Amino acid sequence: MAEITYLEAIREALFEEMERDAEVFCLGEDIGAYGGAFKVTDGLMAKYGEARVIDTPISEIGIVGAAAGAAHMGMRPVVEMQFIDFIANAYDMLTNYVATARYRAFLPCPMVVRGPSGGYVRGGPFHSQNPEAGFVHTPGLKVVYPSTAEDAKGLLKAAIRDDDCVLFFEHKYLYRRIKGEMPSGDHVVPIGKARIAREGRDISIITYAATVYKALEAAEQLEREDGLSVEVLDLRSLAPLDDDAIDATVRKTNRVLIVHEDTRTGGLAGEITARINERCFEWLDAPVLRVTAHDVPLPYAPALEDFVLPQTADIVLAARRLAAY
Amino acid sequence: MARTGTKRGGGRGARHSADAPPAAVGARDAQLSAAQRLELYYWMRLTRSLEERLVNLYRQTKVVGGLFRSLGQEADAVGSAYALRPDDVLSPLIRNLGSMLVKGATPVEILKQYMAKGDSPTRGRELNIHFGDTKRGFIGQISPLGDMVPVMAGVTLSFRLRGESRVGLVYVGDGATSTGAFHEGINFAAVQRCPLVVVVENNGYAYSTPTRKQTLAAQFIDKAIGYGIAAEQADGNDVIATYAATKRAVDRARRGEGVSLVELITYRRKGHAEHDNQSYVPAGEIERWERENDPITRYLARLRDEGVEAAVLEAIDARVASEIDEATDVAERSGTPDALDALVGVYADPPAERPLWYREGQGGVVDVHERPEGWGTYDAPARGAD
Repeated sequence: MAEITYLEAIREALFEEMERDAEVFCLGEDIGAYGGAFKVTDGLMAKYGEARVIDTPISEIGIVGAAAGAAHMGMRPVVEMQFIDFIANAYDMLTNYVATARYRAFLPCPMVVRGPSGGYVRGGPFHSQNPEAGFVHTPGLKVVYPSTAEDAKGLLKAAIRDDDCVLFFEHKYLYRRIKGEMPSGDHVVPIGKARIAREGRDISIITYAATVYKALEAAEQLEREDGLSVEVLDLRSLAPLDDDAIDATVRKTNRVLIVHEDTRTGGLAGEITARINERCFEWLDAPVLRVTAHDVPLPYAPALEDFVLPQTADIVLAARRLAAY
Repeated sequence: MARTGTKRGGGRGARHSADAPPAAVGARDAQLSAAQRLELYYWMRLTRSLEERLVNLYRQTKVVGGLFRSLGQEADAVGSAYALRPDDVLSPLIRNLGSMLVKGATPVEILKQYMAKGDSPTRGRELNIHFGDTKRGFIGQISPLGDMVPVMAGVTLSFRLRGESRVGLVYVGDGATSTGAFHEGINFAAVQRCPLVVVVENNGYAYSTPTRKQTLAAQFIDKAIGYGIAAEQADGNDVIATYAATKRAVDRARRGEGVSLVELITYRRKGHAEHDNQSYVPAGEIERWERENDPITRYLARLRDEGVEAAVLEAIDARVASEIDEATDVAERSGTPDALDALVGVYADPPAERPLWYREGQGGVVDVHERPEGWGTYDAPARGAD
């Protein structure tokens, strides 16, 4: 079977789920005739019509709120944020309304909010963000952030079928760079399960999204230059986190580096470190280290953006410090 | 409440009933001197030529991110900004390069900004025309639309609270009127009687979305009724009409009569950004606007009718060309930002963040700064590749 890109995998999932379930519909800005800013929904309106592929006004609060209402009635809306940065506009609707609906009012919200996220693309402060941490912190929301084409498809299908609201972060740097062969049949990847992206014995790198590839690059360099065997754990799901997979890799290598593209303070690495301390402290041979973005808004100029974001060389340096500890 | 329907070109957008040619606003009615009328031409020509230079630089991959054009909208940007005094404040949107130039932004700043230079107005932090200078009286936008409406409500609230005779002007597109921020901001400003002019540039499209999918209101000035504010519609491709309508709103604001909504009817002839191939635009629509309703062509015809010598206009064109050449040379000579500047200025105190431990003592760890094709967004080149 031919390989398809990460972006095409997402599109394939949308087509298959709309075909499978008449309750699934898509709404967002410019997703119809234009096919979305990145062309993820290209062809969807042509096949399923304007009723099920809705071009909306520029109204993130309205889009997310309307999705919640339709979800209460048993439909399965899939919302596109043109850039995930604009999810901030719907923050109230997601955190105050959607996240609490099942708990306080027994109202299900089976909906997906998906959108292009992440940097390394010279998008500047409002087209590059990774706002996952605030939503991971909000009970009632699930958050996934795939790094491979296979997982992008399988997780999106799982997200659409999930009975709660799932935020589906897509990394725009990976859209057309990453390809994969889709497993045949109804390919669904369960939410809440991490994936070992590379097996290793000496050090574990726990990461997700675009930095999975920087970790893999670093792992190769460390094997080549230092003879280190590095394991890379791709979390895939951020809420819920796969504690079992995290525990297993910590117990295997006893040295842990957490890498994410999001800023440092309040980022996922802090939460994962705390869980490791609580569950596996006696298995550690070194303090848990993290490589993250600096705590600044993401700048536009290449030299600035590349300085702020984590790079392969940072991971190599941090891993060497862990190995030498 | 003046309501002059002035749409020309047509074939898109909300249900504008008036397809008749615009009622001409005499330059004398607008109280503009001959020198001022030429100045309007200069700003429009500068806007267009500067963007044409940016297209060249974009194709040479010297523009780092996306490029946003205001082709065909120069009159609405320039004419409206020209209605302000130097101590007034405006907040531009992405098609308001012309407004910023009128307010004192310089071509070299624009070029450096697009090229992400270290000595650009934002020192490489922000893109395109996203920058401001409160001294010159413009405040930079952010990408989320509508956000500048409440901000400008606050700017103009400060004028009122301090008893200053200053006015604010904020631009939104047809798309931004659909946001919560627009509604909250304009309503807040209305209730507080802020000296604010809200200019809705109705250019027919928000990215690919036509105005009829943005609102069922027949015209944007109808929204003013709900806010209890004055409104006026003008032909945004007529720089004098634009100036006159905005000036009336500015004068009302300065007299303490509160918020006005000014709807300027215009047309976006290029895509949302350079990568956008406009496949969603009905065939012939762009060409019709270009042929029948180009704001610079129209204004040139008017100036000639008023007896302005061709040599005078050619001299302005020559001045614009040499200013842009000079600015390009200066901008190209500028260097890229120093990587460590990325850590400066998140807070007043501390003035800078410390590099993370694995970056201590390093200027950066990337040898080649990749420039992703098309800024990550994607569209096949199809039409409009001029």
